[in-house]
Amino acid sequence: MINIFLENWKTLLDGFWITILSSIVGLVGSLVLGTIFALLEMAPNKFLKFIGSAFVEFFRNIPLLVITLFFYVVVAADFHISGFWSGTIGLILYTSAFIAECIRGGVDSVDPGQMEGARANGLTYTQAMVQVVLPQGFKLAIPSLGNQFINLVKNSSILSFVAGFDLMYQANVISGENLDPFNTYIIVGIMYLIITVSVSKCMSIIESKVNGGATE
Amino acid sequence: MSKFKLKRVGLIASIVLVIVIIGGIFGGLEAKKHQAVDSNDYNKIKSSHVMRWGVKGDTRLFGLISPKTGQSEGFDVDMARAITAQMAKNAGTKIKPEFTSVTTNSKIQLLKNHQVEAVAATMTITPERAKVIDFTKPYFPAGQSILVKKDSPIKDIKQLNSPKYTVITTIGTTAVQTMKQFAPKAKVISMPDNSQALSALESGQGVAVTTDNAILYGLADQNRSTKVVGKPFTNQPYGLAMNKNQPELRSAMNKALEQVIANGTYNKLIKKWFSHVPGLDWRSLEK
Repeated sequence: MINIFLENWKTLLDGFWITILSSIVGLVGSLVLGTIFALLEMAPNKFLKFIGSAFVEFFRNIPLLVITLFFYVVVAADFHISGFWSGTIGLILYTSAFIAECIRGGVDSVDPGQMEGARANGLTYTQAMVQVVLPQGFKLAIPSLGNQFINLVKNSSILSFVAGFDLMYQANVISGENLDPFNTYIIVGIMYLIITVSVSKCMSIIESKVNGGATE
Repeated sequence: MSKFKLKRVGLIASIVLVIVIIGGIFGGLEAKKHQAVDSNDYNKIKSSHVMRWGVKGDTRLFGLISPKTGQSEGFDVDMARAITAQMAKNAGTKIKPEFTSVTTNSKIQLLKNHQVEAVAATMTITPERAKVIDFTKPYFPAGQSILVKKDSPIKDIKQLNSPKYTVITTIGTTAVQTMKQFAPKAKVISMPDNSQALSALESGQGVAVTTDNAILYGLADQNRSTKVVGKPFTNQPYGLAMNKNQPELRSAMNKALEQVIANGTYNKLIKKWFSHVPGLDWRSLEK
């Protein structure tokens, strides 16, 4: 098992960085997109509300693989788009639907008095939402956001289907050469664990920081 | 004080968990080794009257799942049937072939896991593979070739030796290694299976697909906007595969293969599957 790592450490580390890069881009992208669509979903305007829920329902209910292959095979025929980007765009769209739901859940559990109070003090709906309600909603959404981030890291293995050179892709290539998929996948599993455990640690640190601030 | 205790409990719990996981992995490995030494596949086939074959499900002409029956159909599947029938005749008993779909990626693992006894899945005999599994004598003369779009200026593999070209292969095939030999400068991407390699070529993710000529003829047959160019540049015959340390099964399969070739069944199957492929001189495949 160790010698597989020693023989292929360069390829494996390449894949490791691509997985991390795709996860970071995916995380930032889906957080931004997810927040936007959560806000649309909760908007008082019926049309905006429709757009928000249509997006969420659409991308939440089709498999990630379908979204990714759509970009890799269909879109790429007209605009060249590499495996890495089709996988990462797929990840962003797919994950943002779930993140929108987490944030909506967080904002929903904020006391309605917060919004009423802010409006009574002369803030517009947008101001009240963005400056008062959303920050509190975020805080409440942190634990479920952490789950989504871990899912995002694991789902980034979708890149292996579209030659995105991520960790899983390199594992498939290596095991195709050394004919020892068992040990190769164990190594790769451990490398994924390193990423996901760090993510969950980070999330629990953020969680305790945020909660600590609240009680003071 | 209680926080300290809690920490210690957590530490002990995680150590125990790690030990359990590692123990499970090594225990599994030991169990697998044990299983591999114990079984005699040939006796098992004769006593159960069933021979389980791994065949391709995505490879036109060799093993393609038919939407009507849900079963794989192709030259490899028919060869597996003919070999099983011949083996049954030789052993004086009944043996029924059963088929499982395998991918280039999973075929060796399924064999090693004893989920199938033999594999007939467009599998080139290579020294690396021969370290983990055994092969019969070659049964099909394959060689690597390239498939390009119909309007492509590329004529042979040497033209692809440039960093501006991306060549598509399939994961788990020998094509990845041969590319390093024949066109080391080209960028190589690997797709999970042949049909995805074809759609990657169509959507312009690469300029050529490279794998065995026989498979490429199947792809070109399926998609008329592509063509196979150049002569095969390698000699990589296919063999039927079985697990290591199965001398009885291996000699029974070799014997059956010889008989199937000698009695003309082989040539009949070659004609059945390859006579209508455009551009292929199928008579050169006959034995």
